[in-house]
Amino acid sequence: MNSSRPGPVILIVATAVALFLLMPLIAVIPVSFTPARFLSMPSGNLSLRHYQALMDNPAWGQSILLSLRIGILSSAIATALATMFGLGIWMFQPRFSALLIGFVLLPLVVPPVVSAMTLYFLMTTLSSFNSWIGYDTWLGVALAHAVMITPFAVVLILVALYQVDRRIDLAARGLGANLATRAFRIIIPNIKFGIATAALLSFVLSWEEIGVTLFITSVNAITLPRLMWMGLRDNIDPAIAAISVLLIVITAVILAFRIFIDRRRTTDPQ
Amino acid sequence: MIGKSVTSRKILLLAPLLLFLGLAYVVPFLGVVRWSFTMPEVGLGQYRALMTDPLVQSVFIRTLRICLIVTAAVLVTAYAIAYVWVRGSSVQRMLAEFCILVPFWISVLTRAFGWLAMLSNRGLINTWLQSAGIISEPLALARNELGVIIGMTHFLIPFAVFPIASAMRSIDERVLLAARGMGASRTRIFWTVFVPLTYGGLIGAALIVFVFALGFFVTPAILGGGRSVMVAELVYLRIFQSPDWGLGAAISVVLVVFIGILLALMRRFIKPAHMIG
Repeated sequence: MNSSRPGPVILIVATAVALFLLMPLIAVIPVSFTPARFLSMPSGNLSLRHYQALMDNPAWGQSILLSLRIGILSSAIATALATMFGLGIWMFQPRFSALLIGFVLLPLVVPPVVSAMTLYFLMTTLSSFNSWIGYDTWLGVALAHAVMITPFAVVLILVALYQVDRRIDLAARGLGANLATRAFRIIIPNIKFGIATAALLSFVLSWEEIGVTLFITSVNAITLPRLMWMGLRDNIDPAIAAISVLLIVITAVILAFRIFIDRRRTTDPQ
Repeated sequence: MIGKSVTSRKILLLAPLLLFLGLAYVVPFLGVVRWSFTMPEVGLGQYRALMTDPLVQSVFIRTLRICLIVTAAVLVTAYAIAYVWVRGSSVQRMLAEFCILVPFWISVLTRAFGWLAMLSNRGLINTWLQSAGIISEPLALARNELGVIIGMTHFLIPFAVFPIASAMRSIDERVLLAARGMGASRTRIFWTVFVPLTYGGLIGAALIVFVFALGFFVTPAILGGGRSVMVAELVYLRIFQSPDWGLGAAISVVLVVFIGILLALMRRFIKPAHMIG
């Protein structure tokens, strides 16, 4: 076993890679405390003015609420559609399974900019019929995000389904359970962890989506990434650093907690 | 009777998603294809422009160059950290996992901004080098092609780690023991046994990274500062700055065809499940 432990060379390279991966996330922290009005490293005195700006400018709060709303709706749509689809594939094993799965994964393999263009076409077309769902509306953004995140949800749910033992479903069937009972009482309880992961990943992907959102919004549906984008392009607003620090800290704490729990669960005999 | 009701239930489960993506994705894409042939006038004019316009061609060439460099850089770096993640001690594995997953879960925008904070004229690196007296003028690290390559490499490493790590995990430990038993050195085992057994994962990772890099938009737009425009940003500019929807649409169609051919050629290396780990 010891022969396959990483040697010194690969450890040094891997440490450099690890630093490379974390460095930009750490560099944001000092920048967020700069007293200056432009992107710079603080020299000497620190300031909380950019965190204050997040509180004072109502645009930040509004965009966070909007992103939450869009994330919850699009994640719910994506998870529901993906769960039904996964159940259909798993229970009936239709003849063209591979083709059907390939089809629903399209938005994942098509370059994001092409998807953005496609959804821009969809939104401008929808806008000519109604004012609810379409270009620069929150329901339009939720619909577009649902299209983009569904393939991820499908992958996670199919992975969860392939780990289910088919014999428990066969047993239920042999005992006379109908389709709904098998789906709701047998299969779904067995993949509930997969469904929850799919819903969470869907939400996060929608929460941080920018490529498509940029194409289909202008002044009304300003999500959090859209607002950050506006502060990033020309004159860089250090308030972006403050919001980035908050997002990074939340992510890092949740992940560290999860990795710790996972490791405890896999190393403990219990 | 029974057969019929099974079919109808099957459709009930499968149809919603197929219908949803058909109507909200495939049909609008056909609309984009139509734009490429009809805007501003009917014909192949936009495709002819794509072939002849030197600006468009230089963007395509730059995109290919950046994608190849980034793919190579990502494979090497991802391989090293994947190795520690899979075969390291328990603490090493935990640290590696943290360093891979934290950037993966953080938005592309925050990460691009992080690189601005590192690389820009008043950023971390230039401030340190200047205050240490090593340089007098800030180095041009961002707002150019170098910045784009660094930012994209950073973004894509986790996507390459997953398929590579998955290939490493499926290696039979006994093969390595056999090589050791026959007296091969650690270096020899690594290069002649271990690495060849992960070629499948490496090819899959290269493909994912290359395809993702090709359609990359946010990182080049922020770290390139408009000076090193890639294909995806060109589409954006054609739609929103110099309204020329036809050309934007034509570039989109060309990208899809190109990636379709690439994926068809490499089909057996793609395992979607590996993409999110």
